[in-house]
Amino acid sequence: MAFNAVKDKYRSKVGEVVLGATKEQGGTRDYTITIGGEAALPFLHFEGEIPNRPVVAMEIWDVAPTDWNDCFKPFYADVWNDPVAWAKKCVDEYGAELIVLHLKGADPDVKDATPEECAKVVKDVLAAVGCPLVVTGCGKPEKDNLVLPLVAEAAAGENLLLGVAEQENYKSLTAACMVHKHNIIAQSPIDINICKQLNILITEMNLPANRIVIDPTIAALGYGVEYGYSIMERARNGALQGDTMLGMPMIGNVGYEVWRTKEANASSDDFPGWGEQENRGILWEATTAMALLQAGMNVVVMRHPKASNLIKQNIEELMVKTSFDE
Amino acid sequence: MALTGLEIFKQLPKKNTGDCGFPTCLAFAMAVAAGKSSLDKCPHITEEAKETLGAAAAPPIKLVKVGAGNTEVELGDETELFRHDKRFFHPTAIAVLIKDTDDVAAKLENFKELEFDRVGLHYRTDMVALTNDSGDSSKFKAAAEAIVAGSKAALILISEDLAAMESAVAAVAGSKPLLYAAESHNYEAMTALAQKYQCPLAVKGEGLAELAELVEKITKLGQKDLVLDSGSRATSQVLADLTQIRRLAVKKRFRPFGYPTIAFTSKEDALEEVVQAGVYLSKYASIIVLKTDKKETLLPLESWRQNLFTDPQKPIQVESKAVAVGEVTPESPVYITTNFSLTYYIVEGEVESSKVPSYILPVNTDGTSVLTAWAAGKLAGESIAKALKENDMESKVNHKTLILPGYVAVLSGSTEEATGWNVKVGPREASGITKFAKENYA
Repeated sequence: MAFNAVKDKYRSKVGEVVLGATKEQGGTRDYTITIGGEAALPFLHFEGEIPNRPVVAMEIWDVAPTDWNDCFKPFYADVWNDPVAWAKKCVDEYGAELIVLHLKGADPDVKDATPEECAKVVKDVLAAVGCPLVVTGCGKPEKDNLVLPLVAEAAAGENLLLGVAEQENYKSLTAACMVHKHNIIAQSPIDINICKQLNILITEMNLPANRIVIDPTIAALGYGVEYGYSIMERARNGALQGDTMLGMPMIGNVGYEVWRTKEANASSDDFPGWGEQENRGILWEATTAMALLQAGMNVVVMRHPKASNLIKQNIEELMVKTSFDE
Repeated sequence: MALTGLEIFKQLPKKNTGDCGFPTCLAFAMAVAAGKSSLDKCPHITEEAKETLGAAAAPPIKLVKVGAGNTEVELGDETELFRHDKRFFHPTAIAVLIKDTDDVAAKLENFKELEFDRVGLHYRTDMVALTNDSGDSSKFKAAAEAIVAGSKAALILISEDLAAMESAVAAVAGSKPLLYAAESHNYEAMTALAQKYQCPLAVKGEGLAELAELVEKITKLGQKDLVLDSGSRATSQVLADLTQIRRLAVKKRFRPFGYPTIAFTSKEDALEEVVQAGVYLSKYASIIVLKTDKKETLLPLESWRQNLFTDPQKPIQVESKAVAVGEVTPESPVYITTNFSLTYYIVEGEVESSKVPSYILPVNTDGTSVLTAWAAGKLAGESIAKALKENDMESKVNHKTLILPGYVAVLSGSTEEATGWNVKVGPREASGITKFAKENYA
């Protein structure tokens, strides 16, 4: 019996966002990265074009982390006191295509770095590596509203991805991205309505939709990853059906969420029933990223170099074209 | 898709006898369509109508059982493409590969360890897939018997050699192994074996078109319990095939694909295997066969399975019962949280790592998180008072101070009033518990 493949017809596709700017484009990056643009559900090449592969970004901080698991020491302990060296190592040794610089040190409870100090770190990292850059604030809105506009100004022309904007606090970052021509991360708390609403609010301030990346807020495997997974599947279906205010590419902080869990960190001695700790942690991170990629995530922000390699390889394999046409 | 009430109504006698318990045939038809009644409640329906409707009302994907008794695994009977549309019902079975040339006893000893406890749930690895690498039918048979006798796993028998297959199946037929696999060159003999021993049969095609043809031929021979393998092994193609099988079964009611599916990892590295298996688990595989049998590799995969197959409408809850973490004393602090399992277990993990023995009291908020429960009035002075009383906290500790989640500090006044206890406001996020406990109780 012959079968006819079911190809869902979509009215629209995911919007494209370009990260970074080369010399000709007014920046100093060696290359740019385009995310989004798919006209099909994740990796279903047989029903529509998937022009851009999802990207694995590596996370670095402007201060040395004090609470990261010991298994990170062999990879980062020699560089994590210096964001410039850290960024270089990620690019040169771990093959990072995209770096996420988290300005943790701006947090008044961490180092209370001044906006000027933060802007300098961003400039220094930009000078040291040629990849496009994502910069996120410390997460405290009062401080981030001082820091991020200055970062935006200092890096004008570089076409950064800056975050995060939230429903209660999006205006100053949106304005900074407008003036200095950067992209913005719009973060909503695992809620598709707020996600859409925030995108509307940001575009109403005249930042174009092709400069917005959605952070739907994700949780780690075992801690509610399925909530984000389903929100993302719904958003992606909505985008393909033509809802442009859900049609932006998506980013998620996989490494950050995973390495707070007990399962990633608990020692093999304390939990012999769970097996060896480091590989367990690596797979906790990779499995979380794998699942979110299946739901449509375009940028997974990762921490462990081995987990990041596993996912790069997985993406490579999933980008192999499939077709059911004779 | 399922039949509508009107389609069912057309096939009914339309005499409104009321013998089915419904006042009219139309009301009965609507109830059947909604799954609230069944056709056999109508004593007047013709056999012909029953057959027509029965075939159309059959689930889009057949429920197939492998194993027997406490090893039985239920596969298939899914109705959705996305879990948010309703839910997924039958969790993917995880099978570990054992070769009949392995030290089977040692492998089985290790297999027993592949059960996990986390966040109050128990995960188990369901199946063993046995291959006939030895080419020796007596070895294959002995290994099959050892697995059935020495584990709680349902069995998949993998052999191209019909004689080896028959000798193993004959020995363990009572435990209903899955026979792998009927292919174009041997399907008649494999089907005959499956029917003789009444076992489920895997069908392997070279691509979806051949698979559909093979299934048609095999069902014509009368074999009903099938498991499908498109034959692909490359990640992207397996994802495409599994998606097509599910879509055709659910959206088009394409009968040849209305069965559970099986997928095999192609990777040698254990970590790469798990990531590849994760893709197949996310997108519709009913069984996944892996080579890795290490705990740290199967725990993440089985955790993803647990997450994916939860009912999105029903948050998982813990019992509203006080839990003692560590060696508690009458001086131990009392943390209030909700009975939403994610909330509870995050709090429990943090309290545990604070190393300060404490009580955690999960208030019954119908499985909602702290802020949601507060907004709905489910976490309030009264519900906290009820939980304190039901758990007799006054006799468990010698103080009357409870710790309220920081996000609901606004409840302090009403809680003190309703409970007669003093309120200490804790951290907003569970991650602040260690610091809070050290500052206040160390």
